[in-house]
Amino acid sequence: MHMAPVVVARDLVKRYEDLTAVDRISFDINQGEIFGFLGPNGAGKSTAIRMIQCVSPVTSGKLEVLGMDVRERPREIKARLGVAPQDNNLDPDFNVIQNLTSYARYFGIPKAQAARRAEELLEFMQLSEKRDVMIENLSGGMKRRLIVARALINDPDLIILDEPTTGLDPQARHLIWERVRQLKREGRTIILTTHYMDEAEQLCDRLVIMERGKFLVEGEPKRLIADVVGDCVMEVIETDGDEAERYLRSLGQQVERSADRLYVYSKDCRTINQEFRRLHPEIYSVIRPATLEDVFLRLTGRRLKE
Amino acid sequence: MIMGIDRGAVAVWRRNADVFFKTWRTNFLPSVFEPLLYLVAMGLGFGGLVAGLTYAGQPIEYIRFLAPGLISISAMYGGFFECTYGSFVRMHYQKTFDAIVATPVSLEDVIVGEIMWGASKSFINSTIVLTVITLMGWFLFPAIQFTSLTILLVPPLTFMAGLMFASIAMIFTALVPNIDSFNYPFFLLITPMFLFGGTFFPISQLGAAEPLAYILPLTHTSLLIRDMSLGLLGPIDGLAMIYVIIMTIAATYLAVRMMKKRLTK
Repeated sequence: MHMAPVVVARDLVKRYEDLTAVDRISFDINQGEIFGFLGPNGAGKSTAIRMIQCVSPVTSGKLEVLGMDVRERPREIKARLGVAPQDNNLDPDFNVIQNLTSYARYFGIPKAQAARRAEELLEFMQLSEKRDVMIENLSGGMKRRLIVARALINDPDLIILDEPTTGLDPQARHLIWERVRQLKREGRTIILTTHYMDEAEQLCDRLVIMERGKFLVEGEPKRLIADVVGDCVMEVIETDGDEAERYLRSLGQQVERSADRLYVYSKDCRTINQEFRRLHPEIYSVIRPATLEDVFLRLTGRRLKE
Repeated sequence: MIMGIDRGAVAVWRRNADVFFKTWRTNFLPSVFEPLLYLVAMGLGFGGLVAGLTYAGQPIEYIRFLAPGLISISAMYGGFFECTYGSFVRMHYQKTFDAIVATPVSLEDVIVGEIMWGASKSFINSTIVLTVITLMGWFLFPAIQFTSLTILLVPPLTFMAGLMFASIAMIFTALVPNIDSFNYPFFLLITPMFLFGGTFFPISQLGAAEPLAYILPLTHTSLLIRDMSLGLLGPIDGLAMIYVIIMTIAATYLAVRMMKKRLTK
């Protein structure tokens, strides 16, 4: 059976007075997939997501979510959406369980059902022990978990996770990853933004990398790595001088420098490395598998933006 | 826009009510003691110096004139505080509005729900003040026994006046760059009303400036509450009511528009 895409965007534009935050992007997000928005700060990821969420008005272009136009039926769309925002906007006037039950009221969920669902979600996010704790007494990781739990209170079809693991320790990150995979297995569609490339590589079925409001690339993580970088990367540490850099460039290879580190992106990096080691045994070099991080940095550059 | 008042606005109202009633003991105390202090200090202490006061053509004891004024002041402060400082904290520091608009509840619902809650605070505070005055009238100061049945109209009126003050407050909340800026509306609007809005003395005392007092929302509120308390309702109270209704609708409309402008990005 053919399933209609959950999100359809065509030539989507968001323009502020002096800035085009989203510049004619087109994409489909399919039923049951995890779709990633990646990109440096200010690339337009959050703006794109806020439009999908129906809280930021579309300047022009088409945007349909769950088969409905965001301009015409925001209320119905929002009823089937679960959003875990980047900022902590949990309600500090309530404790953990009340945060879920009071939020359920905004969806018009009957009281008994909301109470049951809230307990289930605390269990799901391993927060049951913190049930009656006030928000200010939760750790950063617990707050993130509660925000994800809150996003699920209405049993949403589409879940938006905006940087769900920023600032978390590895255990907390892994718990969230595990839950995201579980939600996918339940057949839900998930939109994810993240700055962690390993996270995107692990979780996303497809992703886009944005810069200045446009998509630089779109595709499956493995395919993007193969297409943009190749299967391996040669890394060289050159603390003084630029001898190694000049040599590698003289081979006509794509070389990027970041402080004392050189990256060589080439299909032949194994042969290049062998030759390099013979010529410069005193300089440290290594071959490692290419990652999504290489794709990202190769496309958006190593220099700090802003 | 008015169609925005639905289940969503009620859910927003419920949120604020839940938070308030969690700590109701500390919330009620000031409302009980303040009017007590005012009645004793102004009504007894200061009122003893006032002779020959008349209101609506009849002689009246100062404390009897003052008591309805205190009810109207509490109606003004209840809604105005809630929808300036209270709403701003929820909007700006707690990001509560952001969290709510991610649900089917719209920004209009949030604003209307906040204004309804502000009006509820006016109602709660004023009703406490009214209760304190009634008890003191029975047991301490016979001069503030209000026997006219129209006094039963005071609680609903304080809710209506509350809507007006809360919606005016919400306009400032949509405007101010930071929380300290609320000093301006309090200094330029609330304090003048507190003093000149028919609260501590009849506005006829203002002489040539009397018509100016009719610009102030509190003047109409205190007029209505005093006439309801004293059983003196007349045509002028009808005009005051019209003022309250028009002001509420206009301010709510403006507040929603300005808030949307502030928060929609």
